[in-house]
Amino acid sequence: MGSNVGKTLFVAFALCLVCSVLVSSTAVSLKDKQAQNAVLDMKKNVLSAAGLLNADTDVNEVFSKFTTVLVNLETGEIVDDMDAQTYNQREAQKKPNLSVAIPADADLAGLSRRAKFGKVFVYKDEAGQPQIYIFHITSKGLWSTMYGFMALGADLNTVKGFGYYAQGETPGLGGEVDNPKWKGQWVGKSVFNEDEVVALKLAKGTAPTEGKVAEYRVDGLSGATITANGVSSSIKYWFSDHGYGKFIDMVESGEVTI
Amino acid sequence: MKIKELVFDPILKNNPIALQILGVCSALAVTVQLKNVVVMCAAVTLVIALANMSVSIIRNHIPGSIRIIVQMTIIASLVIIAEQFLKAFLFDQWKTMAVYVGLIITNCIVMGRTEAFALKNGPVASFFDGIGNGLGYSFILLFVGFFRELFGSGKVFGYTVFELSKDGGWYEANGLALLPPSAFFLIGLIIWILRTKDPSQVEPQA
Repeated sequence: MGSNVGKTLFVAFALCLVCSVLVSSTAVSLKDKQAQNAVLDMKKNVLSAAGLLNADTDVNEVFSKFTTVLVNLETGEIVDDMDAQTYNQREAQKKPNLSVAIPADADLAGLSRRAKFGKVFVYKDEAGQPQIYIFHITSKGLWSTMYGFMALGADLNTVKGFGYYAQGETPGLGGEVDNPKWKGQWVGKSVFNEDEVVALKLAKGTAPTEGKVAEYRVDGLSGATITANGVSSSIKYWFSDHGYGKFIDMVESGEVTI
Repeated sequence: MKIKELVFDPILKNNPIALQILGVCSALAVTVQLKNVVVMCAAVTLVIALANMSVSIIRNHIPGSIRIIVQMTIIASLVIIAEQFLKAFLFDQWKTMAVYVGLIITNCIVMGRTEAFALKNGPVASFFDGIGNGLGYSFILLFVGFFRELFGSGKVFGYTVFELSKDGGWYEANGLALLPPSAFFLIGLIIWILRTKDPSQVEPQA
């Protein structure tokens, strides 16, 4: 019996050793490649939200025309003492020192915490004038937290593009947020109404093509009410004063320039 | 047993899903789009084959009291390695299937084959048994995936076959096909067809 226990322990130990060496050496040797993939993927997501991604786009070259800034969402001011390139807003949302709790009555997007700093990508034309602002937005859908980008034009109101880069909604129903045709509808809509209140949201059913609200409505997602509500609430939350609202006000009033 | 039998028997005669009723869970989960099915099948086939072979190599040294956990450790390590490779070389696919790749660990076929075959047979036979069962699994998944993608989103491998009504075509997407229960009906149909063709697969009445 004694030798049996000894042998059992030995086999268990040897097996764990071999397996852990295999797993860790694979992970370490593929790490660089994976990191490159992740960075390239993020750049692609940003470009695709701005409508700048085509099959033959040189992702790195187009992305180099973007300026990345970090915004203190509390005040709307730009943060200078942190590296905007490496900051990951999605990760920051989970870190206690980089995130704040959202008061329950303001938590439209069901996130409970948000990152203190928002990462904004700004696309400038040759004259150095900002043309497209891209904002990172998140909200809870039915199954998953959805992460995406909203691209606004130089007026900080007209939508240039919209899309999620990570979501786990029901394929074919809520998952239709990735449908290019549906995403295409967003282009040209307005986020804020005349009273500077966020008005853009999904319609119940098909969006009206005429009338006063037409520029603030996008087709709903059939069979995916909760996902659709998540999409609407992410816009309502992230463009309110709890999200990027203060930053947008300050850019419009000229207090912040990029 | 000959290698040919080991590889081809599990496809129709002794199919892991249709006859052994193993691995049904992932057949429901990943069959919405054929593109994911292919990646999943390749990953599962490789994992079964390598897990079978590794378990078989050390089968005479595995103490009975910890054999399940030993098999689990080997399978889990292989799955993590497979996932790391996907993440490095097929990043876009990995993004859409991240969770399911990890779940290969819990795929009953892998554990079922190491437990039922690899512990009693040599490494070479075990390897090919793994390939065979992987192919059997793939056969069912491709069948289910083909019909679910066709009827659920009007496409095959992402190429439009039926123009959907929401895109201005004639075909009204079948919502059931997009949800996991539809795979139950399809697998049921396959089992029915297989057992009608080959009555020896029918379980004896009690």
